[in-house]
Amino acid sequence: MQSVAQMPEFRTRSVSRAARMAQLVPTLVLLPTLITTGIYIFVFVCWNIYLSLSSSTLLPVYDFAGFDAYTRLWRNPRWTTGVNNLAIFGALYIALSLLVGVVLAVLMDQRIKGENFLRSIFLYPIAISFVVTGTTWQWILNPSTGLEKFFHDLGWTSFEFSLITSRETALYAVVIAAVWHASGFVMVMVLAALRGVDHDVVKAGRIDGAGMFKIYRRIILPSIWPVIISVLIILLQFAIKTFDLVLALTHGGPGISTTFPAIFVYDRLFAAGELAQGAAAAVWLLIGLTVVLLPVIALGWVLRKQRNGGGHA
Amino acid sequence: MPDTDTLPDFNRKKPFNPRRFATRVAVYSILIVVGLFTIMPLAVILLNSLRFNADILRESFIGWPTRITLENWDVAWSSACINASCTGVKPYFIASMLMVVPATLISTAIGLVNGFALTKWKMPFASVVFVAITIGVFLPPQVVLLPWAIALSWLGLSKSLAGLALVHIIQGTCFTTLFCRNYLVNLPDDLIKAARIDGAGFFRTFWKIVVPLSPPIIIVTIIWQFTFIWNEFLFAVTFSSSDFRPITAALMSLNADDTGVSEYGFGSAAVLIAAIPPLLIYFFGGRYFVRGLTQGAVK
Repeated sequence: MQSVAQMPEFRTRSVSRAARMAQLVPTLVLLPTLITTGIYIFVFVCWNIYLSLSSSTLLPVYDFAGFDAYTRLWRNPRWTTGVNNLAIFGALYIALSLLVGVVLAVLMDQRIKGENFLRSIFLYPIAISFVVTGTTWQWILNPSTGLEKFFHDLGWTSFEFSLITSRETALYAVVIAAVWHASGFVMVMVLAALRGVDHDVVKAGRIDGAGMFKIYRRIILPSIWPVIISVLIILLQFAIKTFDLVLALTHGGPGISTTFPAIFVYDRLFAAGELAQGAAAAVWLLIGLTVVLLPVIALGWVLRKQRNGGGHA
Repeated sequence: MPDTDTLPDFNRKKPFNPRRFATRVAVYSILIVVGLFTIMPLAVILLNSLRFNADILRESFIGWPTRITLENWDVAWSSACINASCTGVKPYFIASMLMVVPATLISTAIGLVNGFALTKWKMPFASVVFVAITIGVFLPPQVVLLPWAIALSWLGLSKSLAGLALVHIIQGTCFTTLFCRNYLVNLPDDLIKAARIDGAGFFRTFWKIVVPLSPPIIIVTIIWQFTFIWNEFLFAVTFSSSDFRPITAALMSLNADDTGVSEYGFGSAAVLIAAIPPLLIYFFGGRYFVRGLTQGAVK
């Protein structure tokens, strides 16, 4: 960066014909990506919005039916249940993953022996697909095969753990599997941030007589907010896209008790033959993601700016 | 890390402090308990893949093998029935490999060149590209699912290996470009300037200067792209058919197939086979895996 500023005459002098030709190459290199990404983002999203306003059912029809698909959508219990589930699941999933991840990271930060080994164990779930995660947890949470039977066989016959078979509680089974999948990821991110905290400030706090708990609460945790924001953004995305984990774990059941908006989209598009409604549901997913992400991104931006500004003062 | 070595060891210098000792015990206990909980599902299916199905059904899904067999792995690989075709997971594993490896390498290569063009050449529309790829990374796949399906059928690529690979390359390029851009932006500009003064063009500079300096980001990007595409399910199930089906989609069929007797033995082996490639990458490339995580999100 500095060198560019120091030798501006180099750039102005080099605008010859050959240099201009040379400048063309990187433009041509980026062009395919710009075109495909432009199509992918702009054309495809508009296309999807257009289809959501059409009367398409089994096959795409390019007419205009207004917001018919959207109004029918909110009368469909599969959709409203899905939205409801997503709200409950999303809140629990994000809160618990953050809680477990931050606590683990703080514990891992206490000069632990075998840190690398423990980190490998905590983080491996993130490398495993949601299909594998869901399938495995389905076996473990199923009362007739998994934990419940295990404890019954050990002699603890009153033990009950049948979250997954009940309409009221199956959603919490999804939360367990999802938190298992994400906590290690949160831990690693937060731990990396903890290691980046200014040691002098911590030392100063210690000299002032602040205890470990107070140091974390007052000095360390407030300074790792940007990372928490990044983690929050990624977890929010995971939550809204929740699809394969639920299919593998509960198939959306019992009944439709654990259906999700992303499942609804797929079901409308490729099973129920309701293209317009599926497209409309997908548009809501996009709106939902934008509405929850934008404030978080803005908050992260403000915090980062504040911190950078504070650093100079 | 080096900090821990240079800092005085408080444990040794201070006299025995019961409160401190109790805290240490609590810290280790919590870590070990959570660690056991985390490892439990993998351990359970690993053990089950070595048990006879009859034993699993009689005893419990969670248990130590009383007798050991490798037959589950054999059945899962080559003769288990999925969607009424008894081929095991082998064809799906191969299909996934054939789709994931090219998609990973191509999207990584494009991402690296793009990252170079974006950071080291004054581009007129660099910020437009940057915004576009960032949106591309965040876009929920459901919102482009239907257009993709229609576009692929126009291209004659619907439900084919090439079609799915194309989707992943185009979508993945957003991710790889962002990743490589964030790495290359820290590369000293002087190196590029020097090469340009020597008369090296775009591609020569790329080959001679950028590529030799980029193994860390190349490895990180390949690891992440491979893991993501291998594990991806929504596109995999939408753009596959009986002729071409990636392993995540096949596994879901196996999972949904459980009418009649449940075959937990080879089911566990099949699940493990699907998880092995990303797990191998994770355990051997763990350092890069973690670096990818912490670098990618904390720009």
